[in-house]
Amino acid sequence: MSEHIVSPKIYLVIFASLMLGTGITVWAAFRDVGKFNIVIALVIATIKATLVVLFFMHARYSPRRTQMVIVCSVFWLAIMLALTLTDYDTRPRDSRLAPPAISHLLRA
Amino acid sequence: MHRTGELYGQFETLEQQKETAALGMWVFLVTEVLFFGGMFLTYTINRRAFSTAFGIGSNTLDIKLGAGNTVVLIMSSLTMAMAVWSAQVGKKKLVSIFLIATLGLGTVFLGVKAVEYKQKFDHHLVPGRSFDMKYHPAHPMPGDDLEELDKEKQEVDKAFAVDPDINAHGQLYFSLYFGMTGLHALHMIIGAGLLLWLIKASFAGRFTPQYNTPVEVVGLYWHFVDIVWIYLFPLLYLIDRHR
Repeated sequence: MSEHIVSPKIYLVIFASLMLGTGITVWAAFRDVGKFNIVIALVIATIKATLVVLFFMHARYSPRRTQMVIVCSVFWLAIMLALTLTDYDTRPRDSRLAPPAISHLLRA
Repeated sequence: MHRTGELYGQFETLEQQKETAALGMWVFLVTEVLFFGGMFLTYTINRRAFSTAFGIGSNTLDIKLGAGNTVVLIMSSLTMAMAVWSAQVGKKKLVSIFLIATLGLGTVFLGVKAVEYKQKFDHHLVPGRSFDMKYHPAHPMPGDDLEELDKEKQEVDKAFAVDPDINAHGQLYFSLYFGMTGLHALHMIIGAGLLLWLIKASFAGRFTPQYNTPVEVVGLYWHFVDIVWIYLFPLLYLIDRHR
C-alpha cells in the first residue's frame, strides 16, 4: 500500500507545539495590548488549528481533491464572515444592533 | 452489492475505498465548519455590540478549568492519532489501548464541563428568570476566594454603571456560552459513542494495516471537534482578561 504513515515522532512534536500554543495564548491574554489581544488569540488559534488539520488529520498527505475540499470550506467560511462583518461595520452606528429595551422584563 | 473481505464492489482497491470514505467525512466536516461558523459569527457581532457585558461574562468563567480542559482535549487528539498509527502498523492491542485512552480523556472533558455548568447554575448565571450578575458577588459560596470575589464585585458594579441593561446583555453572552459549548459537548458525546463502537471492533481485531478506515474517519471527526474547542477556548474564556 502506498498510503503515508505519519510517525509517532511527528505526532509528539505537533502535540508539544499545541501545548506550547495553549500556554502562550493564556499568557498573552493577561497582557494588555488593547485591540491586539483578540488578534493574537485568533492568530495562535489558527496556527494550532492548521497544525491539527495538516498532521493529525493527514491533510498534508491527502489526495489533491481532499485538500481542495478543505480549502473550499475555509473559503466559504471567509465569505460568510467577511461579507457579514463588513455589512455590520459600514452601517451608521445608531442603526447597528440597538440594545433592546427589555430591562423591565427582568427582576431588579 | 458483492463484497470481497473488507472491499466493497464499487471500489478497485482498499486504498481507493479509504480515500473515498475520508473525502466523505471531509465533506461532512465542511458543513460543520459553516454550522459552527454561523455561531462564531453571531458571537462576534454581539460581542462587539455589547462588549461590557460580554467582557464581564467571560471573566466569570474559570480559566483553570478551561485551560485544563484544552490540555485534556489536545491529549485526546494525540491518543486518537496514535490509535490510527497503531492500526496502520498492525499493533492490534495498542489500537484498543489508545482508543480507550481517547474515550477516557473525552469523558474527563465532559465531566469538567459538567462541573463548570453546575457552577453557573449556583451563581445564577444561567439565562432565565433568576439570572443576576450581582448575585454571586453578594452571596459567597463555600470555597470561594473572597479577595477574588471582592474584585468581581467591583467589576460588576463598574459594569452596571456603564451598561444599566447588563443583566439583559449578560444573558446574551451566557446564551451563546451555553449554546456553543453545549453543541460542542453534544459533538463530544456523539464522538464518545463512535469511540465505543470502534473499541468493540478493535477487541474483535478488525483493524489491520490493510483495513483501518473507521479509525481514520472517526479520527477526522474527533480532531475537528478539537479544532472547534481550540477557537472556543480563547473566544469564550480569554477575551477580556487583560483589563
